[in-house]
Amino acid sequence: MSNRVESGGIWRKIGFGFSVFALVSPAILIFLWMISLSLKNELDNTAYPPVFIPNPPTLANYFEVFEKNNFLLYFWNSILVTGGAVLIGLLVGVPAGYGIARSKAHRTAVMILIARMTPALSYLIPLFLVFQILGLIGSIWALLITHLVITVPIIVWVMIGYFEGIPQELEDAAYVDGATLWQSFRYIALPLARPGMMVGAILAFIFSWNNFVFSVVLGGKNSRTLPSAVYNSLTFEQISWGPLAAAALLVTLPVIILTVAAQREIVAGLSAGGLKD
Amino acid sequence: MTTIDQPGIATAKVTPHQLPPRRYYPFAIPALVLMACVIIFPWLFTLIMSVMDFKVGGAVEFVGLSNYIKLFSDERFLGSVGRTFWFTLLAVIFPITLGTAAAVIFHREFPWRGVLRTIFIMPMMATPVAVALVWTMMFHPQLGVLNYLLSIIGIAPFAWVYDPNTVIFTLVLVEVWHWTPLVMLIVLGGMAALPTDPYDSATIDGATDWQMFRYITLPLILPYIMVAVVIRTIDALKVFDTIFVITQGGPGTASETLNIFLYLQAFQFYNLGYASAVVVVFFVIIVALSLLLLYMRQRMKWNA
Repeated sequence: MSNRVESGGIWRKIGFGFSVFALVSPAILIFLWMISLSLKNELDNTAYPPVFIPNPPTLANYFEVFEKNNFLLYFWNSILVTGGAVLIGLLVGVPAGYGIARSKAHRTAVMILIARMTPALSYLIPLFLVFQILGLIGSIWALLITHLVITVPIIVWVMIGYFEGIPQELEDAAYVDGATLWQSFRYIALPLARPGMMVGAILAFIFSWNNFVFSVVLGGKNSRTLPSAVYNSLTFEQISWGPLAAAALLVTLPVIILTVAAQREIVAGLSAGGLKD
Repeated sequence: MTTIDQPGIATAKVTPHQLPPRRYYPFAIPALVLMACVIIFPWLFTLIMSVMDFKVGGAVEFVGLSNYIKLFSDERFLGSVGRTFWFTLLAVIFPITLGTAAAVIFHREFPWRGVLRTIFIMPMMATPVAVALVWTMMFHPQLGVLNYLLSIIGIAPFAWVYDPNTVIFTLVLVEVWHWTPLVMLIVLGGMAALPTDPYDSATIDGATDWQMFRYITLPLILPYIMVAVVIRTIDALKVFDTIFVITQGGPGTASETLNIFLYLQAFQFYNLGYASAVVVVFFVIIVALSLLLLYMRQRMKWNA
């Protein structure tokens, strides 16, 4: 790598260290405060000046989340909806990314982009009515199908970029050796694009998991996904800060763990830009 | 074009025999069919609905363009459009600037870089609803931790989202917190492909850090910044979760953006015909803006 913090000047080093600190501290502060709220009793949570360090820390808030709400059901709903939508998204999105990149059908790519930019709410009016006619309101299927609106465009978009980064020459060489189009996709382009598939799948998973509005409109009492379940439990009973913070933390924990586990893929995938190095 | 040095791959020039584009179409068909079902069909449906008077439980009646006419004299709607643009402008400029600066910093090598970068990108992965709930507690005027922290450094307390004058800025703050990492990642990706030679010669010529950034780095990463601008604009225009959870458009309508207005019309008041007209106008705005940005992106690609 080219740029290194030059040895010149202690002030420069301090300044650099300070900017790094300034960059990461907002993230750290919010998450620490979230954890702090979730581990304190109600008295400490509403104290002023605020109590920063839980003393003693209590898990009571977490117990309350699991006891008072059907948390595990909603967790399972989220897994089904997001998992299904990501799998189907990969199945149709990866070949589509390849087809669009190679045929340079950029008009199609713009279509995908427009799909990505359309506010989720605008799908919901028609789909709401259709699902109502089909009797699917309040079923997991309605949510899974709707979540394809999130996963497919993300995956196609990531894959177009990835396949464009893979030089055509490799596949040309394969044709000379008599490979079919499908074979050159399956055995040359696809393996090279595996990091792209990882990135696409991870991003699609996160955006689908985090989605809120689809479940607000289409989710029934038993088919809701986590984000809207937490929001609903908050409006229906005046819930206090501690359990709320605990629930919020539990909702976002899977994606945070995924981020930590797969940050190499996310960063490398977005920075590698195909085969260029 | 970069050549690939990889053992086992013939370096001899293969005549690039371009296959006709249509041979590649079948790959895209499943996705296009699927998208047609869940995206294009709703569009058509919405277009038809937008010329109907349709309330849930009521009769459907053709009313021509009257929904649109009503829309453009609806002050609440026009206000939400203005607010959306203002919010979007702020929620693009700040993350782009900060994210680019962050990319410059994370492009360097320093101890703990990997760990710190992971921490830095966590906000963009965190569930917006979950984080919004925590922000709501932090914005509490009396008991919120933010006002306490401000009071320590001697700044008078803010009303944050409870004051119509500060609510948009406060929501932008949350948006910046959420999405600056995404900009950083996209720009960092562009920086990974930067050549080293220009920097070496610039160092020999005695260029300062700022000059190197301004005249070498910035032009080379501009296409990536533009990608980030496009994505950021899209996301900012359609922001919903954060605003809905924290303020629900309030106080009054001070933070009611287009998307919130749309939600209220469709699923609170069940004016589905009227809401469909809102969707169509929203489409037009977004498509126009996106085509403009895409066009700019293409231009920059060629110039770079």
